[in-house]
Amino acid sequence: MEKHDLIIIGGGPAGLAAAIAARESGVEDVLILEREKELGGILNQCIHNGFGLHTFKEELTGPEYAARYMEKAKEMGIPYRLSTTVVDLQRQGDRVAVTSVSRQDGLVQTEAKAAVLCMGCRERPRGALNIPGTRPAGIFSAGTAQRLVNMEGYLPGRRVVILGSGDIGLIMARRMTLEGAKVLCVAELMPYSGGLKRNIVQCLDDYGIPLKLSHTVVDIEGKERVTAVTIAQVDEKLKPIPGTEERFDCDTLLLSVGLIPENELSKAVGVELSPVTSGPIVNEQLETSIPGVFACGNVLHVHDLVDYVSEEAEQAGHSAARFVKEGRSEGLREIPLKTAGAVRYTVPASISPERMGKEAVVRFRVGRNMRKATVRVLADGKEVYKRPRPVMAPGEMEQVKLQKEWLSGGCREVTVEAADGQEG
Amino acid sequence: MVKELTCISCPLGCPLKVELNEQGAVVSVTGNTCKRGEEYGKKEVTAPTRTVTSTIRVEGAKAPVTSVRTKTDIPKEKIFACMEEIRKAVIKAPVHIGDVVIKNVAGTGVDVTATKAAE
Repeated sequence: MEKHDLIIIGGGPAGLAAAIAARESGVEDVLILEREKELGGILNQCIHNGFGLHTFKEELTGPEYAARYMEKAKEMGIPYRLSTTVVDLQRQGDRVAVTSVSRQDGLVQTEAKAAVLCMGCRERPRGALNIPGTRPAGIFSAGTAQRLVNMEGYLPGRRVVILGSGDIGLIMARRMTLEGAKVLCVAELMPYSGGLKRNIVQCLDDYGIPLKLSHTVVDIEGKERVTAVTIAQVDEKLKPIPGTEERFDCDTLLLSVGLIPENELSKAVGVELSPVTSGPIVNEQLETSIPGVFACGNVLHVHDLVDYVSEEAEQAGHSAARFVKEGRSEGLREIPLKTAGAVRYTVPASISPERMGKEAVVRFRVGRNMRKATVRVLADGKEVYKRPRPVMAPGEMEQVKLQKEWLSGGCREVTVEAADGQEG
Repeated sequence: MVKELTCISCPLGCPLKVELNEQGAVVSVTGNTCKRGEEYGKKEVTAPTRTVTSTIRVEGAKAPVTSVRTKTDIPKEKIFACMEEIRKAVIKAPVHIGDVVIKNVAGTGVDVTATKAAE
């Protein structure tokens, strides 16, 4: 059986940054397995700009951002296999067994001391939405349309309705308009958009595309191809209000209704998943419940900015390298990170005060729009950190840097809280 | 005349009202909660600019298209003229990141460059 020190599953932004960091931490034998025929992952189809402001202090497009990491990996001579899909992952003794398939090599079994999960996420499909109507051609997820336009060179439709105001949907509203399609409207079920303000202004307002909040699709018509879509307003319980229907003649419906971490392999190896993020539950090393299996990027929790993916992946790469060289430090106390107020989850979900460095980054999201909010960290109920946040939104990832010194003296649990000014 | 817009300088997204006089000069910006909002409001009504990103057809490469951008922002009203030129163009592989594929697009003085290699 083929043997390696570290296998990175996925060659997108997370996989590339994790591999580079592992090399820098002194693990030579790193191998990246990538399903697509090129590295770079989803960034290859994200041709718009706005990437890398934090990392490179300039606004790059997705392919440019990916290229920076691909060049670095190439310079370091990190080996990778393309068009190679990992189909199974198992823990065998103190090793991880990776089964992959590719046209050139067939079925390959590989053994590694550790693995980093970097599989990214998927779009929520139509089947998850219960939209009534026929099932004609012309219904695409926004990301599929993005790939068709930006990589395959096809325009998938001429008259378009978009359901969901996630960032990919907003970006595609502009993209299809620029390519000559007519985008009739963007319907959003919630009373607010999950997309960034900047995208609403620059992708919809710039082109006079209406954003219909508290609206959803109630009918799809068409036998072979979509011929019309009907939307209607919804009430507070998100139920369509009769009499508010509006019918659009169109040939295409795009869905931009959320992203879900892609964890089939994580489930295969038995990694414990969070019901909130749908990603692995990890400690401050970004190690999952299975020893030697680490996770980072959108497979762990869906990120808003790729810069944070790279940062997180770098940390996972360093941790995995440490595991390869030193094994797991056994018998260390891990304390839980709890959530309070509007905080929906934290990554990591637990932390070891002994093992952690001087500080550990804790990433989280809130469940609702808030103004004059306050983020607090409590150690055993005692406030150790407090920061005012003028505005917080579900669409934006937040972070606090947990200091080792806050956890001294046998601390048993840490709470991350976000509260409205009004709530005190 | 008063123009209404949403500030994009930060996630607050303040609703701005920008008042213009008959000459089109900015008289006042209201609705903003910080200095950045005022600056955004002024620029957005007097000289709005955008970076345009798109794809361009490429011959002799594995992929049928490759991605491009305007090197810097161009005036907002030139977006469709810029797209028209990009849509008509066909370039030949190999292409490297940063290669100029259209010079002085739509008379803006700004070049269109490749953002992805094609070979």
